[in-house]
Amino acid sequence: MVGGMDMSLKEKGPVMDKEGVERTISRIAHEIVEKNRGTDDLAIIGIRTRGVFLAERIAKKIKQIEKAVLPIGTLDITLYRDDLSTIASQPVVHKTEIPFDITDKVVVLVDDVLYTGRTIRAALDELIDFGRPKAIQLAVLVDRGHRELPIRADYAGKNVPTSQKEIVEVRLEEYDKKTEVIIIGKHAK
Amino acid sequence: MKKEINMKWNRKDLLGLEDLTREEIKMILDTTESFKEISTREVKKVPALRGKTIANLFFESSTRTRISFELAEKRLSADVVNFSASTSSLSKGETLIDTARNIEAMKIDCVVIRHSSSGASYMLSKKLNAAVINAGDGTHEHPTQALLDMFTIREKKGRLEGLKVTIVGDIRHSRVARSNIWGMRKMGMDVRICGPKTLLPVNIEKTGVKVFYDIEHAIKHVDVIMALRIQKERQGQSYFPSIREYSKLYGITGERLKYAKEDVLIMHPGPINRGVEIMPEVADGPYSVILEQVTNGLAVRMAVLYLVMGSKTKEVSA
Repeated sequence: MVGGMDMSLKEKGPVMDKEGVERTISRIAHEIVEKNRGTDDLAIIGIRTRGVFLAERIAKKIKQIEKAVLPIGTLDITLYRDDLSTIASQPVVHKTEIPFDITDKVVVLVDDVLYTGRTIRAALDELIDFGRPKAIQLAVLVDRGHRELPIRADYAGKNVPTSQKEIVEVRLEEYDKKTEVIIIGKHAK
Repeated sequence: MKKEINMKWNRKDLLGLEDLTREEIKMILDTTESFKEISTREVKKVPALRGKTIANLFFESSTRTRISFELAEKRLSADVVNFSASTSSLSKGETLIDTARNIEAMKIDCVVIRHSSSGASYMLSKKLNAAVINAGDGTHEHPTQALLDMFTIREKKGRLEGLKVTIVGDIRHSRVARSNIWGMRKMGMDVRICGPKTLLPVNIEKTGVKVFYDIEHAIKHVDVIMALRIQKERQGQSYFPSIREYSKLYGITGERLKYAKEDVLIMHPGPINRGVEIMPEVADGPYSVILEQVTNGLAVRMAVLYLVMGSKTKEVSA
């Protein structure tokens, strides 16, 4: 998606650096434990691609705080997208892996950026096909606004006001070699 | 997403593995891995093909393939219409093309066709805007069967490249063998075929396979043995003297397995003639993956339907 032909891309500088991302994840982990009064029935599910690594980081942090190992899963929402019939070519489908029963669990969904809310809508639909969780909560590293559906985050790392022409990119060491959050501006040439 | 497979699926149809590149075959096998999990869910259904309509045109009898395609379609939320030759206007003299055009006039998005004539799916694909998937055409190709065979081998062995496979039986009349030979050669497998000379196609060596007439020699140190069904309906055309003799010379027995590798996989596309091409102790034995082939077939067909029906070609502009 990066690199449109008639667009030039300009990095507008970092929204969060490595330490900022780590502190934010730590805060989200604490908030999750606080809001749920512990870790009973908690489970964490990351949305592909970067939500998976964020979910792992949050689970690791909660383990440090509470000495509890949470069940962790991975969701690929491709087959639940609402734009499958309009986009040019079928997107690559990756594995969904939820190796535990989500029924009666409090599932914390994790994604990197909350934007239109359409990814979360798809994730909610897919999760419900696996069982009936007691509750689903949403944790995101960045909320950039511009919602198109009535969806909000329970845990938002940082609210970043953006224009719809901009791209918010979360980069994580596990996948991108470097950890940071940046805004990229798109300018027509 | 930057690091994902950049490849895009650009074919409207899946007609045979002869047409596909190694990368395309790999893409289908990779996509299949993601679809396999869906059938283990509480709700065995995803909305990917919601609103799409698929016609299954089976001009030849089939249980496994027809049910597998229908389940794959339904698990992707497509609407499905089934058609079988015996209850159709074919018996009133309508041609295949006219039948298909009429079905397309009802706004069908995809046609899955099995037909006794080699090339039937090719002909249909040229006449229709809808996607066409070949579910077996005459003695030509049966691509989804070969894909599920390769998927099963890759899942069990972790790779395809360099593995030795022996296909035993009626290669001449087998579309399964033909698709497998195309696919497996492209994936870098060492393919051997074995059977009575009358049941092996002439010049088959040109496809890069090794030809054997002696079973024990053919399966020596192989990773996979694939037995094909002896098509009893072809008996009486004197391809071989008797079923009993065939079974004695080419049947896969527990005793014969000692020639193959210790962890050999036993495969069969079904339906099995127990005691003819494969003995019950082998078909039901610890090396057999025959039922896993069926399970994987469903996932392969889901992957193929997803890829084919998502490719946007220019002529389809609905």
